[in-house]
Amino acid sequence: MDRAKRIPESGVEFLSGNEAVARGAWEYGVHFASAYPGTPSTEILEAIGESYPEIGSQWAPNEKVALETVAGASFGGARALTAMKHVGLNVAADPLFTLSYIGATGGVVIVSADDPGMHSSQNEQDNRNIARAAKVPMLEPADSNEAKLMVGEALEISERFDAPVMLRLTTRISHSKSLVELGPRRAVEVKGYERNIQKRVPIPAHARKLHSRVEKRMLELEEYGDGSPFNRIEKGDPSLGIVTSGISYQYVKEVLPSASVLKLGMTNPLPWKLIERFIESVEKLVVVEEGDPYLQEQIRARFLIPVEGKERIPIEGELEPGIVRRGLGEGDPAQTPFVRAEVPARPPALCPGCPHRGAFYALSKIKASSTGDIGCYTLGLMPPHEALETVICMGGAVTVLNGLEKAVGREATGKLVAAIGDSTFIHSGITGLIDMVYNGGTGTVMIMDNGITAMTGGQQHPATGFDLRGEPAPRVDFEQLCRACGVKHVRTVDPHDLQEMEKALREELSREEPSVIITRRPCIMIGKPSGRAVARLDPEKCVSCRACMRVGCPAISFVDEKPEISGLLCYPDCNLCVQVCPTGALSKDMEGAR
Amino acid sequence: MKTAAEVTNVLICGTGGQGILLASEVLSGAARASGMDIKKSEVHGMAQRGGSVTSHVRFGSRVFSPLIEEGTADVVLGMEQMEGLRWLHYMRVDGTLLIPDIRINPVTVNIGAARYPDVEAGLASRNAPYRVIPALAIARELGNTRVVNLVMLGAASTLMPMIGEQSWMTAIERRVPAKALGVNMEAFERGKACL
Repeated sequence: MDRAKRIPESGVEFLSGNEAVARGAWEYGVHFASAYPGTPSTEILEAIGESYPEIGSQWAPNEKVALETVAGASFGGARALTAMKHVGLNVAADPLFTLSYIGATGGVVIVSADDPGMHSSQNEQDNRNIARAAKVPMLEPADSNEAKLMVGEALEISERFDAPVMLRLTTRISHSKSLVELGPRRAVEVKGYERNIQKRVPIPAHARKLHSRVEKRMLELEEYGDGSPFNRIEKGDPSLGIVTSGISYQYVKEVLPSASVLKLGMTNPLPWKLIERFIESVEKLVVVEEGDPYLQEQIRARFLIPVEGKERIPIEGELEPGIVRRGLGEGDPAQTPFVRAEVPARPPALCPGCPHRGAFYALSKIKASSTGDIGCYTLGLMPPHEALETVICMGGAVTVLNGLEKAVGREATGKLVAAIGDSTFIHSGITGLIDMVYNGGTGTVMIMDNGITAMTGGQQHPATGFDLRGEPAPRVDFEQLCRACGVKHVRTVDPHDLQEMEKALREELSREEPSVIITRRPCIMIGKPSGRAVARLDPEKCVSCRACMRVGCPAISFVDEKPEISGLLCYPDCNLCVQVCPTGALSKDMEGAR
Repeated sequence: MKTAAEVTNVLICGTGGQGILLASEVLSGAARASGMDIKKSEVHGMAQRGGSVTSHVRFGSRVFSPLIEEGTADVVLGMEQMEGLRWLHYMRVDGTLLIPDIRINPVTVNIGAARYPDVEAGLASRNAPYRVIPALAIARELGNTRVVNLVMLGAASTLMPMIGEQSWMTAIERRVPAKALGVNMEAFERGKACL
C-alpha cells in the first residue's frame, strides 16, 4: 500500500469501502479496533494499522475474541470497532446477542462484510437476518463515502440508543473504490469504566429488564429511522417505486435513473412511516435487494400489500446492472454484441512454490487424504492431488475427523489426516484437538504452518511472532501447545522435503494414538525468493513419464510429450519437480533465469 | 445503454499475480487526475490464487454502478490471451480488445483435462476488433517481465483520449515504487507506440 501513512486531513481520496470504514473510524474518534481477517473485510483493520496509529488496533485469534475485546473497550467508555466476514459473525454470535442486551457505553460498531456470489466464501448467508435476530440497529452503505459517514452515524446511534450497531457491507462495497471526502479526526474522550452490575451481568433477573429495554429501544429506533438522512425518497416517475439498499441502489440508478426510489441506509429496524409514505406515492412497488427477501418480506407482512422482489431479482449470487435491468423489464435479456466464449475454466490453484503442495503431493502419493479447513490449502481438493474431502468452517478439519472416527472407526479414517492451517488452528482448531485427545480419538492433525494468514493476503497472527503493525510479539509455540493438550507425538517437517513428509505421514497415520504433524515452511508471499533460478529440463534424460505433472505445479505444462516450464511462473526456492523426476531430467539452475 | 455515452468502461482481465490491480490503480488515478468521477471494483481472496481475475474501471461525469454491464465495455484490456477471449462478451460493439503475447495455461490445461483454445480464431469468428500487443517481448527487452501490465496499459491509453498525457504520468509516479519508475515509464511509452 503505497498510500499508507500519508492520507491527508482533507480533500477527496479514492478509497475502497474497507479503507473508507477505516477512515471513518479515525475521523469519528474510534479508540480501539480488533478483528480476525476474512475476505471481504480484511483491509479494514489493515488500513487502520497502516494509516491510523491513533487507533489502538490488533488482530484477534478469532471473531468472538475480537467482539468481546471490543465490548470490554466499550465498557471502559472507548469507541470501538470490529470487522469480520459474514461467517465470522457466526463465530461472534454468542457475544453479539447478549451485547445487544447489555448495550454500549462507548460506541460499538460491528462491521459484517457479506460475500454474495461467494467470491471467497463457503456460503452466502445474508447477515441482515442476524441484525434482526439479535435486535441490533444496522446501517448499509451504498458506496465508500457513505461507508465512512455511516461509521460516524453508527457510533452516534450506538451511544444514544445504548446498542452495538452493525455496519453491513458486501463484497462490492468493501472492494469497490469511489471518491471519499476526508475530514479531520475529532477528539472524543474515553469516558472511563464505571461499575454497573445490573447492566453488565445478565443473570436472568437482570436480563429480563434488559430485554424489555431492547424492545423499547427498537421501537424508538424505528422513529429515528423515519427522520434519518440515510433513509431518503428520491422522487421520480410515480408509476414504479423501487425500494432498495446498499450496492443494489447503484444498479437501480444505473438502469432506471428516472424511477422513484426509496433508498434505505438504515435497514434495522425499518422506518415504517417513511416506507408508508413512499408506498402511497407510487403505483407499484418493487424491492431490489441482493440475497434474501429481507426487505420484501417485512414490507409485505407489515402492510399486507403486493410487493414484488424475489420474483424478479434472484436470491442466489450477486447482482450486477444487467440482472437488475432484466429483472425490472428494462430491455430484453440483452444479447451482448460478442457471443460469450466457452474457454477452459481457470480455477484458483496453489501458487508455484507453495509449501502446501509438498504436503498434498505426499498425501496423494500414499493414497491418503484429509478432512479440510478454511484457507489456501482448501485447494488441496483440486486435481491432481484431490487430497481433501470435507470442509465446514474454521476448525472443522479436526472435529470432523474425530467424529468420523467415532462413527466408522480407524479402518475408515486411517488414511485421513486433519489438514488445518496455522492461523485457522489458532482460530478454532485448538479446542477440536483437545476434544480428540480427551475423548480417546487417534487421529493425525496436520498443522500446515506457513507462518501467516495467507488466503486473506498475508496477515500476522499469534503464532507468527509479529502483531498487526508488524512489531515483534510473543509467539505461540505449536509444539508445546499440542503437547500441553495431551498429544504425545508431535513432529515438525519441511513439506518440501518429500521423503520426510511421506515418512511422517506414514508413521503418524499408522499410530493408534493422537498425533500432530507440523508442516513448516513459509508462504511464498512472506519473503523474497533467494535467487532467480528456474527449473530446467534436459530433454535427453526425459522419458515422458509425467511424474512431474503429479506435482500439480501451475508452472509446468506438458507439451509434445515433455514438460515445459514457464520461467514467468517457476518459483526459485522450490524443487519439488526436481525431487520427483526419476531420471534426473529436471534441475534447478540459473541458466533459465527469468 | 443510458449512461454509456458519458461513462467510459474499461475491463482489465488476466490471472492472479499479473499486476492487474496496479494497472487498474494507475488507470483510476489517471482518470481522477483528469477530474472525472470514478469507480472501480475487483475481488480479493481465493479468486486471486492463480484464478481468473478482473478489475472493472468506470469513469465519467457521474458513475453509479462499480460493475460494468456486459456488452458495454469500451476497452477490454487482457493481460493474458485466453482471459481476453473469456471476457470478450463484456465489450460493446465498437469497443476494442487488447491482448498480449502471453499464454498462461490454467491447471485444467496442464493436467490435460482441457485444451488451450485458439484465441485468435475465436476472436475472428466473433468478428471482434482486437489487437495483439507484444508486451512480453517488450518487457523482456526492457529487462523486466513484471512491466507487461504497464506496456498493455500504455497501449490502452491511446484508446482513452479523454485522459490527458500528464494525468497518466502523475498516476504512474504516484502508484509505482520510485526505484521501478523508470522502467515502468518506459514500458508505458513503448506500449503507447504499439497502437
